[in-house]
Amino acid sequence: MIPEIGHFALIIALCLAIVQGIFPILGAQLNIRPWMTMARPVAQGQFVFLAIAFGCLVYAFVNDDFSVLYTASHSNSLLPTQYKVAGVWGGHEGSLLLWALMLGLWTFLVTLFSKNLPDEMVARVIGVLGLIGVGFLLFMLLTSNPFERLLPAAPDGRDLNPLLQDFGLIIHPPMLYMGYVGFSVAFAFAISALLGGRLDAAWARWSRPWTIVAWCFLTGGIALGSWWAYYELGWGGWWFWDPVENASVMPWFVGTALIHSLVVTEKRGGFKSWTVLLAIIAFSLSLLGTFLVRSGVITSVHAFATDPERGTFILAFLFIVVVSSLLLFAWRAPKVGLGGKFELVSKETMLLVNNVILTVIASAVLLGTIYPIIIETLSSIGIIAATNKVSVGAPYFNATFVPLLVPLVFLVGMGPMARWKKADMPDMVRQLRWAFVASAIVAVAVPFLMGGWSWLAALGMVMAAWIVTTAFHGLKHRFNATHPELPWGHRLKAIPMSFYGMHLAHIGVAVAIIGGTLVSNYQSDKDVRMDIGDTVDVGGYTFRFDGVIATKGPNYTANQGMIRVLQDGHELMTLRPEKRIYTVQTMPMTEAAIDTNVWRDLYVSLGEPVSGGAWSVRVYHKPFVVWLWAGAFLMLLGGVLAITDKRYRVMARRESKAKAETAMASPKIAAEKA
Amino acid sequence: MVRYLAPLVIFVVMAGFLYYGLSLNPQDVPSPLVGKPAPQFELSQLHQTEQMISRDSNLGKVWLLNVWASWCVSCRQEHPVLMQLARSGEVPIYGLNYKDERDAAINWLQDFGNPYVMSAHDYNGRVGVDYGVYGVPETYVIDKQGVIRHKHTGPVSPQALKETILPLVRELKG
Repeated sequence: MIPEIGHFALIIALCLAIVQGIFPILGAQLNIRPWMTMARPVAQGQFVFLAIAFGCLVYAFVNDDFSVLYTASHSNSLLPTQYKVAGVWGGHEGSLLLWALMLGLWTFLVTLFSKNLPDEMVARVIGVLGLIGVGFLLFMLLTSNPFERLLPAAPDGRDLNPLLQDFGLIIHPPMLYMGYVGFSVAFAFAISALLGGRLDAAWARWSRPWTIVAWCFLTGGIALGSWWAYYELGWGGWWFWDPVENASVMPWFVGTALIHSLVVTEKRGGFKSWTVLLAIIAFSLSLLGTFLVRSGVITSVHAFATDPERGTFILAFLFIVVVSSLLLFAWRAPKVGLGGKFELVSKETMLLVNNVILTVIASAVLLGTIYPIIIETLSSIGIIAATNKVSVGAPYFNATFVPLLVPLVFLVGMGPMARWKKADMPDMVRQLRWAFVASAIVAVAVPFLMGGWSWLAALGMVMAAWIVTTAFHGLKHRFNATHPELPWGHRLKAIPMSFYGMHLAHIGVAVAIIGGTLVSNYQSDKDVRMDIGDTVDVGGYTFRFDGVIATKGPNYTANQGMIRVLQDGHELMTLRPEKRIYTVQTMPMTEAAIDTNVWRDLYVSLGEPVSGGAWSVRVYHKPFVVWLWAGAFLMLLGGVLAITDKRYRVMARRESKAKAETAMASPKIAAEKA
Repeated sequence: MVRYLAPLVIFVVMAGFLYYGLSLNPQDVPSPLVGKPAPQFELSQLHQTEQMISRDSNLGKVWLLNVWASWCVSCRQEHPVLMQLARSGEVPIYGLNYKDERDAAINWLQDFGNPYVMSAHDYNGRVGVDYGVYGVPETYVIDKQGVIRHKHTGPVSPQALKETILPLVRELKG
């Protein structure tokens, strides 16, 4: 009964989404006020029904309703409750429902926080979000219904993939989807601006906070995914350039470009058509990611249950969304005026170069990701000779990514200092010369402190130090220029939050670069066969293998290794890596034991039993690895600071006042006209 | 206006590739190795680590090389078909255990049954690369001279076995 309610709620949500997609947009075009005012209540209703559907699926999981096919294939009665809930988004159908729910949630938030926007704008934005919702709900109901029954019911479920039975999985997909789907709001703002012919600074200011929030979620989601891969896959890597990772990182790069481009559009009225195009691309890449993951055109460790019918549907949806929005763009954008003029050396130019580099990075990743498809297509229609399956791996991505990062990071230091319209290059060089000297010193010193010269490490350190020193210089500069007559506490407060947010996010980039550089260049690992009592030295620590004991979890049995870590003869800790066998799927899982501190991670994972109580053991010493995720967290925090800037609230108050005045004035004008 | 159509054109070209990629049946991809000698390999056996298995040990007989792994879901789908074929004794099946943990693979065979005369353990996938393994499972028909005569990508269906693989095996046996 409950699953049928969920199914029914989905159908109602679809009907509401259709209404939401048609009437508000038409109302805004034809100026029919009642149709426009429908937007908010209908969108809120759609969200309520999506929440009901989602609740029904959670209920089916928590209560072990194995007469639901999706539950039976992704859960098990022995699964701990928190994983039953997480299991809801552990497969294709449920994660799609989560996606739709997130879209509903974003739309719901737009209905709440749009009081001061013009009514046509709100109607169009909500309408566009409704149309996207129609696509996803149709996709779910036609090809991937999570409430499909399994009759007769399975006696027990097939269990959730053990890889996914982890805290990381509970929060990683919702956060990532909030980011993906969040770009739909920026997209909807862009489309409604094109529809209404209103591409101005106000539009940029309205869509900025939404874009930043979406970007924050995406940043957090990607970082969590990387962290999860690091500790759960048991081989200590943190980024694999897997197609699915690429699918999440492409919208991130374009979204980062969009955030910066929106600044120019808001402050200087420039880059308007470019900003709109970026908003369209960011969302299109989110959709493309969905297609790549769920259609089976690309094989990946993440691959969902794939099916060509689903692939065709998403591709058709992607095609309709992208082609219609790009046509609209081609029709409207030529009429958009250019912004203010600017010199070659100016903040505008630097932000433009930033945008170009970020877009090139995203394109390179896109090319690497779909390259196998291109090659297969060309060879199957006989344009090029048949080859074996090509796969583009980490070397390609590293070789294209790192060289592009260098100029980008250089600009991170220069850009915030540069003035709009025309920057004074000699003055900037004079101001930043100490930052450069300091960076150079750090770049030379750190590799020696870490125990060995490496050009790549020096390059990474110079980039990180450059960002940090220029950020502090920028803060000091701004502080000195802010009301020198006030006490310093007031002066700190007078600096806008978005300024702090920007520098914090930039420092986050530096911190992540430090982590990535040092761990790549100075990590050490050993893969050894260990008898009881054997020791191995890695990274200045001694690891002693004290044997393996058998343990048991709720739905698995495990061999737990005991590895004592010693330094200078003192025992520091015991690491307990596990080799688990999940009983339902008889799937072995490596559970690494990790000791983290600011300077290094000690990472131990059990390989296989060799003979007579001996095991193969992998031991890693990973310096500064946690800085990677700390950096991502700082970026996220920077985004959060930026949206708390009081400018948005002040402008909002002014706009709602202006709106109220026109609303009051218009009957009078109408009366006078009459 | 033309300038602003550029993103659209780029997207349409890409969508064309994606659509074609979707309609490509990965099982139809021709292998350039068909008609060529099967690549030489020498790997340790899955069950007896110290014993090696090589291509040349099968010269003089017609045999199937089936690429499989315990992590491969489709392998479970074709597994009953292989078990049946192994019981019929019509053609020996050798396994190439591809990029798999040894104990996981052995457990898998214990749980589901072992259709293979023996399996080679290709832990790092090097031999798989030589054979142009496209996706697991894959099955190669290799003749008495050690030449690959047919490659089947994806799970072996009873139909493919009956209509393509077995007639070919009978013909090759002469």
